[in-house]
Formats: sequence, C-alpha cells, structure tokens
Amino acid sequence: MLIPTVPETKPIKLSVRNMAFSYGEKKVLDGLSLDIHAERVTAIIGPSGCGKSTFLKCFNRIHEVSSAVNVSGDMLMDGVDIYRGGIDEVDLRRRVGMVFQKPNPFPKSIYENVAFGPRLFGVSDRTSLDGIVEDALRKAALWDEVKDRLKESATGMSGGQQQRLCIARALAVNPEVLLMDEPCSALDPIATAKIEDLIGELKENLTIVIVTHNMQQAARVSDYTAFFWLGKLVEMDLTERIFTTPRVQMTEDYITGRFG
Amino acid sequence: MRQFDVELKELREGIMAMAGVAEDMIELTIQALAEPSPAKAEQVNHLDRKMDEWELRLDQQCIDLLALRNPAASDLRRIASSLKIIPELERIGDHCCNIARRVGMVHPPILAGNDLERLGTETRSMVRRAVDAFVGNDAALAHAVILSDDSVDALYGKIYRDLLRIMLADPLCIERASHLILVIKNWERIADEATNIAEEVLFILEGHSAKHPYLRGDSVE
Repeated sequence: MLIPTVPETKPIKLSVRNMAFSYGEKKVLDGLSLDIHAERVTAIIGPSGCGKSTFLKCFNRIHEVSSAVNVSGDMLMDGVDIYRGGIDEVDLRRRVGMVFQKPNPFPKSIYENVAFGPRLFGVSDRTSLDGIVEDALRKAALWDEVKDRLKESATGMSGGQQQRLCIARALAVNPEVLLMDEPCSALDPIATAKIEDLIGELKENLTIVIVTHNMQQAARVSDYTAFFWLGKLVEMDLTERIFTTPRVQMTEDYITGRFG
Repeated sequence: MRQFDVELKELREGIMAMAGVAEDMIELTIQALAEPSPAKAEQVNHLDRKMDEWELRLDQQCIDLLALRNPAASDLRRIASSLKIIPELERIGDHCCNIARRVGMVHPPILAGNDLERLGTETRSMVRRAVDAFVGNDAALAHAVILSDDSVDALYGKIYRDLLRIMLADPLCIERASHLILVIKNWERIADEATNIAEEVLFILEGHSAKHPYLRGDSVE
C-alpha cells in the first residue's frame, strides 16, 4: 500500500447522515453523510458555490440567525442531534466556535474582545477574566505580541493578529469544535503560516473543520479532506490519499486543476 | 492546453527522446558484439554523453515542476516516477558502454549457439516494452515486462554456468570467458532496469508501488 492503513484512534465527534439543507426553495446540500473525528483537522474543499461554507455553518446553526432555512437528516455531536436533540443554540455556539474569512474583531479593546464571550456566559470577576483572556491569547499564539497593549483597540492590529484574536475570542469560551471558514484568505504568507502552525497545536484538544480554497493549505494542515461538488460529497479520505491517489476521477481533476 | 500540461508533455517527450537514445545504444551494442565492430562500440561510447546531458536536463525539469506547480495525484506520481526512470535510463547507457568496451576481448567466440545474442535481444525487448508502457500508459504491458525478467535471469544463469564449464575445460578461454561474464552481467542489469521502469509505470497508473511484492499487505507505521 502506498499509504499505510493506520487505524483511527480518535472517536467520532461529529456525524452527518443523509443531510440536506435549503435556503427557502433553494437546495444547497443534499444527501451528505460523513464522520468527523475528534482532535483531527478535517478540510472541506470544492469549487465556489459547492456548499462548503453552508455545511460548516450547519454545525453551529449560525445560519439560523439570518435566514429561513430547512435542514433534514441527522447532524450529531457526541451522538446527540444538533437540531432535534434539545440542544440550546447559544450553548451550541459556545461549544462549536467559528472563525471567518475576514477577521471581524469587535470595535473594542483587545482584552474586551476576548472577555466578551466569557462575560456573556456569566464570568464577571476580574481575576477569572484576566486568567481566561491570557490563556486564550496564549493558545492563539498572540499573548507575547499584545500583553502590553491589551487596552488598545483591536482594530489597530495587523490582519494576521486580528485573525488570531478572533481565534482567541472563540477559544475563550472553551469550545470543543472550531469551524474555520477560509481563515487565511485575507492574510499574507507569514500570517498564514502562523495560523497553520496554530491549527496544528489547537487540534490536540479541539476538533477542527476548515474550509479552504487553497489546496496546498488543505494538504498542509488537515488529516482528512472532503471534496464537495454541487452540494454533494464526492470523496472523503485521509488527506495524503486524496492528494496522491484519489479514488474518484472528479477529485483528481479538481486537485490537479483540470476541473470543468 | 494549460501551461502545466505543456510542461508535462515536454517532460514526457524528453524522457521518450532519452529512451530512444538508450534503445539506439542497446542496438549498437548488440551489433558491435556480434560483428565484432570497434567502430560501433565507439559510437556507443559517444552516445553516452548524450544520455548524461539528457539526465541533467530532465532532472532539472522535474525539480522545476515540483517547485513551481505543486503537482498532486497522477501529476505528482508521474513527476516523482520520472525522477526515478531518468537515472534508470542513464544507467542502461552506462551498462551498454561497459559491454561495448569488451567487444575486442571476447573474440573469437567461445560460446556455442546463439544464447549471447538472445540475451541481448531479450533485454532489448524488455527495455523497448517498458518504454512503450510508459509512453502508452499501458499497465498490462508493464506487468508483462516485469514477468519477462525471470526469463532473462534464467538465460543469464545458463550462460554463466556454460562459461564456468568452458573455463574448467580449457584454461586458454579463461580471459575471454571472464570478459563474457561481465558482458552478460551487464545485460542482466539492463533487464533489471527495464523492470524498474515498468514498476514506475505501474506506480504512475495504479497509484501503489509494484516493488517488492513479498512485502505487500504489510503496513508500515
């Protein structure tokens, strides 16, 4: 075998079965079934409009904030249905954090950005908040760069720092899953490398699902890669296998740039 | 056609051209040995320089493609395997030179029959078919080349034993027989290189290594 078959030791964190999704009448995802393992990085790749970002948003139901949507099939986290299992949406979004394409810090201080989530969930004493903020900024590999200017506005930071701040903000509420929607597409190669290194460190305690248009980034950071096309899953496998010996011709055409 | 496809085509055509020189060298070596012809042996030597030039040029093309194109899947396999096929072809050239160098030292003939000629032509056929498998993306042909290696090995073994008998029977033949042992060893090595090329073709086409079949099924941590 080209790729040795090492049995997966991490449990399934997120499980999707025959899932379909539509915005009103428009069907965006159809017949999706896949498993996402804990403490692994799973990359979702595919052409624009294939439903990658929509799929990501389904895991913390954030799309429900702005649109009328219809989700069918099963989406389970630790075996509990995210949609019908009686999970509180706000708590779900704490457990399943999200980082977007463009860094979107609040127009507040660096400290307040990170402390925002914990405050929302009831942490109010200063010592606890200080500890949480420092811990989250350290985990996001940002502490050393900002520890002397925590009171300064977050909007004055570089793009790469802002993105790591958004990661720190997500980490501050102690999530189990981190969804990343093209987190490096607005960053230069140095800031991108920092985020990619960070992904490698964070997966020790987190389940990470990343949507990326950058095939090399998927190859570099992920353990598993899923290829989506027109709202369907074409192929999902170990990342090494997808990038050396994909089973489906359409995957091969996409990753070698011969698609369409 | 995309620029990357143009570059892959250039690499493929370069390897075909290099393989063409290798086949010319094999043909000349067979003739130089049979006639015997020191002039053809000299031509073999002359062509070796071309092989070396091709090796440098094609190696660089592969490195450039890896660095600039981030190849994946079958593109990656084709370039990675090209990096292994190119030195195999270059070594085929070296082995032809080794044989050609001995053209004047193995006459008059001491082997009866046409085994020596057959060893040359069977080896030539393996190289030709390995190259055809590469050019035509022909997995069945590549498998057939790998199977042919046993027959070349058997023929090599038979000639080797014949030469030992000849040396034991007539010490005056020892010098020619010693050179002939090196000649047949070089043919046998060329057949191995054709086998290696066929294995690379299978890797390109099928995505898993065809080498060391006895290890298949074992997983490596």
